[in-house]
Amino acid sequence: MKFDRFARRKLLSHTITVLAGLTVVAVLYPLVDIVYVAFVHGGGVLFQATFLTARNPTPCSVVSCASVGIAPDIEGTAAMVGLAALISVPIGVLAAILASEYRTGGFGRAVSFTADVLSGVPSILMGAFVYGYLVIENPALVETAISGGLALSAIMIPIVTRTTEEALRTVPNSMREAAIALGISKWKMTLRIVLVSALPGVVTGVLLAIMRATGEAAPLIVTVGFSNLPFDSLSAYNRPAGSLPVLIYNFALSPYSNWLDLAWGAVLFLLIAILIVNVLSRYVIHRMTVKMSGGS
Amino acid sequence: MESPTPSPPSFPTVYLAQRPVARWPDQLFFVVILIFAISIIALALAIVAILVYNSQQSFRVFGWGFLVSSTWNPNAQIFGALPFVVGTLLTSAIALLIALPLSLGSAIFLTTVAPRWLRGPLGTAVELLAAIPSVIYGFWGLWIVVPFMRSTVNPALQQSLGWTGAFSGPNTGFGVLTASIILAVMIVPTISAISRDTLAAVPATQKEAALSLGATTWETTRVAMIPYSRSGIVGGVILGLGRAIGETMAVLMVIGNSDKLPLSLIGNGSTISTLIANELLSNTGPLQISAILECGLVLMLISLAVNVGARLLVWRFAGGQGGKAE
Repeated sequence: MKFDRFARRKLLSHTITVLAGLTVVAVLYPLVDIVYVAFVHGGGVLFQATFLTARNPTPCSVVSCASVGIAPDIEGTAAMVGLAALISVPIGVLAAILASEYRTGGFGRAVSFTADVLSGVPSILMGAFVYGYLVIENPALVETAISGGLALSAIMIPIVTRTTEEALRTVPNSMREAAIALGISKWKMTLRIVLVSALPGVVTGVLLAIMRATGEAAPLIVTVGFSNLPFDSLSAYNRPAGSLPVLIYNFALSPYSNWLDLAWGAVLFLLIAILIVNVLSRYVIHRMTVKMSGGS
Repeated sequence: MESPTPSPPSFPTVYLAQRPVARWPDQLFFVVILIFAISIIALALAIVAILVYNSQQSFRVFGWGFLVSSTWNPNAQIFGALPFVVGTLLTSAIALLIALPLSLGSAIFLTTVAPRWLRGPLGTAVELLAAIPSVIYGFWGLWIVVPFMRSTVNPALQQSLGWTGAFSGPNTGFGVLTASIILAVMIVPTISAISRDTLAAVPATQKEAALSLGATTWETTRVAMIPYSRSGIVGGVILGLGRAIGETMAVLMVIGNSDKLPLSLIGNGSTISTLIANELLSNTGPLQISAILECGLVLMLISLAVNVGARLLVWRFAGGQGGKAE
């Protein structure tokens, strides 16, 4: 009787183990399927010579299907994410320095808590916020690439702040003490010793934030809209612009086969870029954590 | 360190007084980073303020009834938020129901069962799911999940559970249930990663105590590990919920986008975020902008409540380090 009960308990334990294993399979299936499907449908398009350099095509029914390309959307994404990075990196890094390196009686903690909460605010609301602001203050800027860059910067700021703060915290205190003991002033110590030591982590955090902004479509469809015009000068910031995520959304249900092909190619392109940056950054963060904890 | 009196004043005072380095660069640097740090708090306040300011017109016209009115008719300029609030809460709730067992199961597998060499790669793979842009989930949902729902899942549900009335109406493959399933896929990595981190933080002595009493693997997990990491897991679940509530693109592409209350799980619906995405730029005038942004304010308040609650839980558990999954 006693043995029976033990056997039953073991059976339950094994059953749950198997079920837990199955959940891992179920959880990872979409990842595998997304990558697989993207390669099957997007592979042929992405590796065409003209895909990254050609302009958006007219529908196949009008002209031949020869040159399909996503150049304007790559330019638009780069321009808006670049603007967002210019705004968000200084704010995020400097705010993180305050939160991590200074005793401010709870203010630093409030800053990093706010950044944490902001990173959970839905990205569409960042778009709605920028739209709502511009519609009051400067309606001429609604539906321009500038407004898209602003919305993306609001998404990037909390991510840069949080990741920079975490990177700064991996720098051992002994380094700060050694620097101060040698008579360097605090701001020099912070910038030249602490920030430089944490630089791989900070750069990684910035890269992750950039990739996050690169993949965002929601804030862009309420601020920038979409356009096939090339992004060829600074004045292009004053008009709607194309971007990779919005291209994917706009052409997802396109009746023209070459427009749909563009979307599949863009899916694969984004997917590859994001997965590579993520895997690499994980490696850098891992190595940094090991190095820092080994050195202290 | 010279001092005229036999009992010198405290060490730091004298040290600072004689220090040759100028202090103003330090103070200037502090003021600069203080300004940038304040700007982050200002950003959070500005988001709420802008949404409140823009909602005024709609609030004056519709009052509190806005929240419970189910009519959204741009032609008649009559707006009510109920279809979108219901759509948001319904899709998030179903997504959470689906995601919860999957996330907990995978977190338990990755912390207690999986061989050590497998934990790193599998954990990274789960976290990569969180890095995929939502428009790609939407695209995948549109071309892979929607056809599968139309051909297989929805007919099976209509056959077996049709009597409940929750699956009535035309089966297009689009709809509330499809959106919820994609949302579940998207929030699993958030819940799973935080649960895994908190489960992994359970002290070995805790597990060894249970094992030494003869507990099986599952009993150890249930008795010794889950209670210990409960608040972290709950925080992870709420963070996942927060992500589901605000998700836009993936839902937008598969939910069918109707301005009416969803009457069936396989019928079309909308959420607050899909409403904003669909109608903000193509608005019919200031009143519609105001009504849309008032819906945005509702979403902001829900999401703030969820996020602040979750982060307080996770922060308390992790001692101020915050959750790892973002």
